Amino acid sequence: MNGVASGTLPRTLVEPQPEAERDVAAVMPSTTSSATARRRAGAPILVVDDISLRFGGVKALQRISFEVREHEILSIIGPNGAGKSSMLNCINGVYTPQEGSITLCGRPLRRTNPHKVARMGVGRTFQNLALFGGMTVLQNIMAGRNFRMKCGIALQALRLGPANREEVAHREFVERIIDFLEIQAWRNTPVDRLPYGLQKRVDLGRALAMEPRLLLLDEPMAGMNVEEKQDMCRFVLDVNDEFGTTVVLIEHDMGVVMDISDRIVVLDYGRKIADGSPEEVRGNEEVLRAYLGGAEAAGSA
Amino acid sequence: MGFLLETIIGGLMAGVLYSLIALGFVLIFKASGVFNFAQGAMVLFAALAMARFAEWIPQWLGFESALLANALGFIVALALMIVVAWAVERFVLSGLVNQSGVTLLMATLGIAYFLDGFGQTLFGSEIYRLDIGIPKDPVIVADGWFEGGLLISREDVFAASIAGALVVALTVFFHSTAVGRALRAVADDHQAAQSIGIPLGRIWVIVWSIAGFVALVAGMIWGSKLGVQFSLSLVALKAFPVVILGGLTSIPGAIVGGLIIGMGEKLSEVYLGPLLGGGIEIWFAYVLALLFLLVRPQGLFGEKIIDRV
Repeated sequence: MNGVASGTLPRTLVEPQPEAERDVAAVMPSTTSSATARRRAGAPILVVDDISLRFGGVKALQRISFEVREHEILSIIGPNGAGKSSMLNCINGVYTPQEGSITLCGRPLRRTNPHKVARMGVGRTFQNLALFGGMTVLQNIMAGRNFRMKCGIALQALRLGPANREEVAHREFVERIIDFLEIQAWRNTPVDRLPYGLQKRVDLGRALAMEPRLLLLDEPMAGMNVEEKQDMCRFVLDVNDEFGTTVVLIEHDMGVVMDISDRIVVLDYGRKIADGSPEEVRGNEEVLRAYLGGAEAAGSA
Repeated sequence: MGFLLETIIGGLMAGVLYSLIALGFVLIFKASGVFNFAQGAMVLFAALAMARFAEWIPQWLGFESALLANALGFIVALALMIVVAWAVERFVLSGLVNQSGVTLLMATLGIAYFLDGFGQTLFGSEIYRLDIGIPKDPVIVADGWFEGGLLISREDVFAASIAGALVVALTVFFHSTAVGRALRAVADDHQAAQSIGIPLGRIWVIVWSIAGFVALVAGMIWGSKLGVQFSLSLVALKAFPVVILGGLTSIPGAIVGGLIIGMGEKLSEVYLGPLLGGGIEIWFAYVLALLFLLVRPQGLFGEKIIDRV
């Protein structure tokens, strides 16, 4: 929750990327290739309308509404226990809120579950790493394309024509992601042997392999050092710029949040206390109170 | 020397069959974290189904060919095991998502007793012969190397090659198909697997179906050896020491564990038996498993268990 590197981040991020990385990304399907895409937020892709989520007597979320527009980066912040992860899990289909509705790309999510939401174009990463430990980097990211494979088991097992072509095509896509995330050197390393920062990248890669329209990132920079955070910020911004992917992320590092977000939603004790641009949220009295525990601390922020 | 080799080979052949049953355990444990007590009951149920349908179908349709009867019996039994897999997922597992391991284990114990009883209600409780045309007479090999050569049961060799082929097929399936990849993904992390669009329920049906298939093959081979009878579900108890030895999460572990147990049993029976009064075969495997639990609880190939203290 400290503003590590907030001063240095924006410049490194806004600088154009080397040409090589650009054309790697350019071959990937994208709704727009303009680097300024995220400044032109489109129609709402996700509408959260007045939802409440309870676990027994615990009110995890209370009457929360907000919208996410296509191509924007929206951060959800708040103190521990504010309901951020619950919010993400509702969008992801893990929890179904008792009241209110969530609409994704115009379709309401009712009685759903995570794999259906995933197939609707929502990718996610996890706060505590949830990689497939026994598999290599390549296999983990390939798994992200699994649901797109159409060929039957028999064809795949025998590596027959169509199955082979399909595998090769998906493999090509995965290789581009590996290049994009700069993890070529670890392609065939089992993920549980990688350092933490790289595992986080693989987690992102696996979500990207799904070609999501909406990417949910649960504390993508938690536990990282400054350099790793900068890399991760760059990847998130690039994904957003190059492919127009909408991003909803939870993050504790205020420096990062203020730098990369188009809009910020602030939760506290399951309620929404603010919703607006970084500048608006930064100056919001209630937000400062939630974070610092009182108006007297406002001066130090 | 010849006798020692014969003992070892005999043990290995028996071990292959233990491996087959253990394989079913490992598959289900890997993919769903369920310690499946019902694997033995599935072996019995599958073998009963095959034995009975192989007898009934020729009567219904009026043909003689034993090969065709066995093939059809096998297919019908396999279909039945897939139905069992689906029912287990639909009526038992799906209601117990995120429950503790003990709860799931008790559930499989229930499935085991249900299958035992239901199988015998459907198919009767006598001993049925299952003749799948494996030659029973032993052969003598390596005549020139040892005096009298080595006496090997052709039945065992046949069984071992079927088991071997099955293991190869499963390995290919797990490592080079998208469904295999999905299965491994689910085994590693349920939540993450769902988040990339892998439907948990369908994967469980597939895993239980494969375990049912393995149970059918094991039941077929054991059944042709001993006759299809209730004791088949007890043979499956031998698979517990095998998975403890090999590691609950390891397919190669199930194979190697089975071979070690099979060989150890025969060797101890032959060489220690006279000293200790015989009957070693019955308890040897369990004592070995106990020693392993003390020294290496994760088994030979299992994932190391690291707990935060």
